[in-house]
Amino acid sequence: MLSNLDPIVLARAQFAFTMSFHIVFPAFSIGLASYLAVLEALWLWTGREVFINLFHYWLKIFAIAFGMGVVSGIVMSYQFGTNWSVFADKTGPVIGPLMAYEVLTAFFLEAGFLGVMLFGLERVGPRLHFFATLMVAIGTLISAFWILSANSWMQTPTGYAVNADGQFVVDDWFKVIFNPSFPYRLVHMVLAAYLTTSLVVGAVGAYHLLRDPHLPGPRVMFSMAMWMAALVAPIQILAGDQHGLNTLEHQPAKVMAMEGHYQSHKDGAPLILFGLPDQAAGRVDYAIQIPKLSSLILKHSLDAPLAGLDTVPRENWPPVPITFWSFRIMIALGFLIFGLGLFSLWTRWRGTLFDSRPLHIFALTMGPAGFIAVLAGWITTETGRQPFTVYGLLRTADAASPLAAPAVGSSLLAFVIVYFIVFAAGAIYILRLMAASPHHGEQGPSGDMPSRAAGITPASGAAGQGALS
Amino acid sequence: MIAAIDLATVWAFIIAFAVFVYVVMDGFDLGLGMLFPLFPAKADRDVMMNSVAPVWDGNETWLVLGGGGLMAAFPLAYAVLMPALYTPVIAMLIGLVFRGVAFEFRWRTTAARNRWDIAFALGSLLATLAQGVALGAILQGVQVEGRHYAGGWWDWLTPFSLLTGVALVVGYSLLGATWLILKTEGALRDKAYRLSWVLLFAMLAAIALVSIATPFLSIQYAQRWFAWPNVALAAPVPIAVAAVTALLMRSLGQKQDSRPFFLVLALFALSYAGLGISMYPFIVPQSITIWQAAAPQNSQIFMLVGVAGLVPLILGYTGWAYWVFRGKVRAGSGYH
Repeated sequence: MLSNLDPIVLARAQFAFTMSFHIVFPAFSIGLASYLAVLEALWLWTGREVFINLFHYWLKIFAIAFGMGVVSGIVMSYQFGTNWSVFADKTGPVIGPLMAYEVLTAFFLEAGFLGVMLFGLERVGPRLHFFATLMVAIGTLISAFWILSANSWMQTPTGYAVNADGQFVVDDWFKVIFNPSFPYRLVHMVLAAYLTTSLVVGAVGAYHLLRDPHLPGPRVMFSMAMWMAALVAPIQILAGDQHGLNTLEHQPAKVMAMEGHYQSHKDGAPLILFGLPDQAAGRVDYAIQIPKLSSLILKHSLDAPLAGLDTVPRENWPPVPITFWSFRIMIALGFLIFGLGLFSLWTRWRGTLFDSRPLHIFALTMGPAGFIAVLAGWITTETGRQPFTVYGLLRTADAASPLAAPAVGSSLLAFVIVYFIVFAAGAIYILRLMAASPHHGEQGPSGDMPSRAAGITPASGAAGQGALS
Repeated sequence: MIAAIDLATVWAFIIAFAVFVYVVMDGFDLGLGMLFPLFPAKADRDVMMNSVAPVWDGNETWLVLGGGGLMAAFPLAYAVLMPALYTPVIAMLIGLVFRGVAFEFRWRTTAARNRWDIAFALGSLLATLAQGVALGAILQGVQVEGRHYAGGWWDWLTPFSLLTGVALVVGYSLLGATWLILKTEGALRDKAYRLSWVLLFAMLAAIALVSIATPFLSIQYAQRWFAWPNVALAAPVPIAVAAVTALLMRSLGQKQDSRPFFLVLALFALSYAGLGISMYPFIVPQSITIWQAAAPQNSQIFMLVGVAGLVPLILGYTGWAYWVFRGKVRAGSGYH
């Protein structure tokens, strides 16, 4: 049965599947590592017990999420070779060093200090421990830097030449690393990670506040999360808009797919809100659209002409329906998050942040919204750059290994089964930890031992400990 | 041109170093995982797990450096070897998934703890076996056409690759057992001593078998080991293996807790040097040399700057992390 399938389709499915599972964890752990660093800093600074309780509470969750991110990430680093060996051979001299730098500057930093962060508070003391937490948090950000640089280079390649063996070689490292779409993608993704985390933290806080609005831990985390959502969501919308304009400049066909613009518009393109893209016919059926708005958004002028996919050779069309829909899902969630932030500001101003059931229910429902938005955003950008792996230069169909469908099909099946077992279990354990409220004397991952109950106080603010917990 | 030759060799040593550090560090984690079924008591398993919990993630990162570094420094070798080793590599990744998550999961459930212990042991076994098989598959050579792997999907599976697979299972288990001698005490440590004796003899047998089988794989290996002047370079390796083995037996006999682990590492280093003598300068034996596979100079130089600056730093803070969690792990005072 498997041998009837196209091995390239299977290899793409495998990459999409393993990548989608993987990205969820970094999106969470980038934000959570920074949040943990902030919580520990606040604890050291104020000495309030509520902060160390929250720190330990989220640290246990971080440990599980980080572990799942590591194991699903190793799969990615070998998949380039197993399923995409032509890509690995051709782009290795460019992409390889970027990933090697990610390992050297980020993965080792995270892994080296993770043990101390998880289990070492009593062994090294609060200050050195905070340093370890900080190194882990910085490591996650450095990792985002390199991997987004590598991805962005594949989207907007610059600074390269091609050698006699058909390999991409580097002309100018600065142009490779800081390629045109990289700054936009980096900002957009890091903000997305922060928003994702704030929505999860906010949802957990809301869940406990719905049961008891007086719990100190949930109040603090909910308030912090809502500040984050309220402040970052509008910045993210602006950053996304800028990223879109950058894409229009460098990958116009992707924007055409996002907008559903099969046809060119000479004097002002409409913004298609919804519709059913028909790839074969090259049109959007049942479109609900606002005249000229797309030109206003993309060109800042109502009557600006906007080219459509009819100007692009058919063999270079991205799959419009997927790109079109995933883009709309991301945008809709972005505005919902923005709405949540506004709602929280309103209740905060009214003094009902901790008592407003509608707000808490809204925040609870929005818990997974960040993950879905991140996935939708990545699906938009990755399907929108098809049919290329290195944009305009290396077609996806030419990048794969000399594959036989049964081998790729069975490994895909194995990954599907294993990931569903393993990550479902992990999700259950995380949800179980979240279902318990952070409490007085909360323990970290090392906390099964009774000797830990005495806790440890920061040197700077021991006097304030317990006062507000 | 001289610079190009040197760079490729330098990078071959860097990749070899990363893979060796991986073998050393993740070897004892995986070995300890494979020994799990022999230690059914929960208290013992808690101690075993705690002895590696703070460091396993860093240990595994060397595997990412080995893989990522290979793609960056020798993209052609990476592009040929990965499809050739398709099944073992996928099996290793799946084994590492189960092994890795078990570190956290087993503490989060009482009902399913035993199941995650099984996942830990089987994941460790699968990953180790796959690594050993992959090593054998590389040594016996792969079919190459142009810039692609040209063999079949089962070429990796031969009696020789199965032998190297089993050999690595034995070797990692011995590393795990001597790690337990280093990090534990009481009945757990005594059992590790008994296991170490058995595993040591098994490992010596495995080394002997692989050493005898390798020259039969190809005439090149035989010439490398037995023709003058190479024999002058190669001969000290077996002699050193014998010397280290004698020291190891003495330290096991006298129960010097801190020694056996490091002596087993020395055995690994010697076996590894032997592999290096067999392979160099090929990176895909008998088809692709390190110079043919090398990335362009400016890629190798760009990374060399990072490696030269960062690896000492990495070794420094990794060493610090081990230092923080030094000493014996006691039941009831673990990190979890």
